[in-house]
Amino acid sequence: MATARAQKKQMLEQNTLDIALVGNPNTGKTTIFNALTGLRQKVGNYPGVTVEKKTGLLPGQNGARIRVNDLPGLYSLTPKSVDDQISIEVLTGRHAEVSNLRLVVVAVDASNLSRNLYLVTQIVELGFPVIVALNMMDIASKKGMTIDHEKLSALLKIPVIPVVANKNQGIEVLRASILEQIQVTKADPETNWEMEVAVSEAVAPIAGWYAAHAGFNTVGARAEALRVVSSKKALSVWLAYCQKSGKPEGTELNSMVEAARRNLATQDVSWEMLEAKLRYEWIDALCHRVIRRGRTTDYSLSDRIDRVLTQRIAGPIIFLVIFAVIFQSIFTWAEIPMNAIDSFVAWLGSAVNEAMPDGVLRDLIVDGVIAGVGAILVFLPQILFLFFFLSLLEDTGYMARVAFMLDRIMRSVGLSGRSVIPLLSSFACAVPGIMATRTITSSKDRLITIMVAPLMSCSARLPVYTLMIGAFIPGETYLGFFSLQGLTLLSMYVLGIAGAVGAALVFKKFLIKGRKTTFIMEMPPYRRPSSRWVLYQLYERGKIFVLNVGQIILAISVVLWFLASYPKPDAPNVTAEKAIQESFAGKIGHAIEPVIEPLGFDWKIGIGLITSFAAREVLVSTMATIYNVEGADETSGSLRDALRKAKNPETGAPVYTPLVALSLMVFFVFACQCMSTVAIVKRETNSWRWPVIMIVYMTAMAYVASLAVYQGGKLLGMA
Amino acid sequence: MRKGEPVLSSAQNGFEDLVSLDELRPGESGVIRAFNGKHLEDGILMEMGLMVGTEVKLVKFAPLGDPVELSVRGYHLSIRRSEAHFIMVERFARRAV
Repeated sequence: MATARAQKKQMLEQNTLDIALVGNPNTGKTTIFNALTGLRQKVGNYPGVTVEKKTGLLPGQNGARIRVNDLPGLYSLTPKSVDDQISIEVLTGRHAEVSNLRLVVVAVDASNLSRNLYLVTQIVELGFPVIVALNMMDIASKKGMTIDHEKLSALLKIPVIPVVANKNQGIEVLRASILEQIQVTKADPETNWEMEVAVSEAVAPIAGWYAAHAGFNTVGARAEALRVVSSKKALSVWLAYCQKSGKPEGTELNSMVEAARRNLATQDVSWEMLEAKLRYEWIDALCHRVIRRGRTTDYSLSDRIDRVLTQRIAGPIIFLVIFAVIFQSIFTWAEIPMNAIDSFVAWLGSAVNEAMPDGVLRDLIVDGVIAGVGAILVFLPQILFLFFFLSLLEDTGYMARVAFMLDRIMRSVGLSGRSVIPLLSSFACAVPGIMATRTITSSKDRLITIMVAPLMSCSARLPVYTLMIGAFIPGETYLGFFSLQGLTLLSMYVLGIAGAVGAALVFKKFLIKGRKTTFIMEMPPYRRPSSRWVLYQLYERGKIFVLNVGQIILAISVVLWFLASYPKPDAPNVTAEKAIQESFAGKIGHAIEPVIEPLGFDWKIGIGLITSFAAREVLVSTMATIYNVEGADETSGSLRDALRKAKNPETGAPVYTPLVALSLMVFFVFACQCMSTVAIVKRETNSWRWPVIMIVYMTAMAYVASLAVYQGGKLLGMA
Repeated sequence: MRKGEPVLSSAQNGFEDLVSLDELRPGESGVIRAFNGKHLEDGILMEMGLMVGTEVKLVKFAPLGDPVELSVRGYHLSIRRSEAHFIMVERFARRAV
């Protein structure tokens, strides 16, 4: 049975033809991908790295399936980031996942032809059949440009299909061209441009190496040879590849490149960026022949919008307003569906409770599974709201302006504007935030951003803040609208940001070595986002949260239920509080009490700290279990009351004071209590070193800060 | 600045003297004539199409004065002033608007 399925899968795989879709960022590549494949897409990851792997099926002929691989956007075949490297590995046949590539479609922004053609000319040399999807013809003509696509096709010697992907124009022609070109057998590509004799001779031995050792065609080998001569980075990637795959020829390559560079220097040719120079000379001449420029309007709509949105004074104000609205919506609008989910889960719990006979199974289902699933679902509205806004801002092009406006500030903590988006996303959840660091080209910046991202107060801390503030911070208001509760919440966010700044400076200075940062970023024109695409992304992200993160939370809440319920007390009719004191969780809480007592925490909070090391929001459900409040969440009055009424059994004094609540919140600001974050950091940095450093430094920070708050507050007489 | 080379006066060719790119005012354009110093590292700028001979316009400075936004080859690119400082351009004489 299993082998039959495997056989079928193998047959299917044999009948599948892989094609790649590549292009510069902001060329509408994703829109073309969506138009070609519909939403028959599969989103996954390339193994070992979290570069998103997106594939979709194109109906083929004679039962063949054509699989479109949407590769990460890149500007050239010289790698600059992890994303670039994946695309380049696939295109040069070094990636195991997509080894049988048959055709490459290059998405090209017609309004920005020359820079886009840089990549096109490089890809043509790889030897696959190549089709250019000339997108955004409408924008080009608005800019007063007329592009002779037939002449372009003749000069490049490959099909050029004009499309307007967001209006679905030209997609059928593109599809037909793919079906036709995929039949073409791989031939040696024709050269489009000629190198000077001096250069050609200098790189010839290296070209021989690529033809012999890396399976390149003649033209591709020569181009790759020029590339490694022109770029230290490109050379180092190849040397690393040789070392990794145990090819001894790497040393040979290195010395040949050095010889070629010396050779060029004696002829007064600078080898640095020689490839870019030669290629652009050819491209500029070509563009001159295919583009006719008419009258250009001086300012497009995008420029006019931009003049307001990045204006010296209005720009930062608009930025603050936009993010204030986003946070407002997360805190207030999301509460409506959250309450609905909550009452549903509570209703379900009590319904099952009544329907099932008393016993372990019922306890497991009601207190473990239903409570756990509820804890996952209750977060969904917040996360969806945040992702909705973030993808909206990303798709309109505003995120690039945020990076542009804030680069100066980010530089003062040693980062660049590129870190803004990952850090802002981390206010929702550090996991997507850390995943978003892949676009940061400097590896040092990327690592620092990863290390400080979990200090941004994520949405999982909100339930803890909300519970503590709701229960212990008085609802006073100043000047009519500044509520003390709101200010407390705000100061928790500010504290996290301050901690991130401090940590970034320390990492920059002492722990992470690397070159100084650069900031070179394309500013795409403003675009109207596609509502269908935004909703689709929302669905994808919601699914990932519920399935991936949800699994962890569900597993933990079952474990938690077990720890809090076993061993069962011997005597019947003991109180719930007594029962949990006797349980495993109670024992652990008691064991750590001496350590956390100086922070103002008792053993019950200790239990919460232990369980929330897996995920912060678990604290709330733990507290609900400990105080035996059924179906409670952070906004429900019953849990607040239970906390307010909690008394120290020996002294009779209340366990929770506003100071304890403050100390606990501060602890949550800094502590690394999230298994998903640890897991994603391990994956992104490819070692246990950085996640371990992260846990240690954040826990230390949390402990010290909490200690300072509690002991300082006591000195000031706040207790 | 360029040494030992005769510079045509702006009246003759419509150009002014060489300035570094960050010395342009918002809205001004020029042609890249040289990359000063060792700013060829990684060559990202060149792959993005900033070559000797390329026309470039300084669109604006960020609200805090840095980075700068350029318009080059029909698209917009943002780089830091410290990078723009190494790019020497021949400034177009300002046209009367």
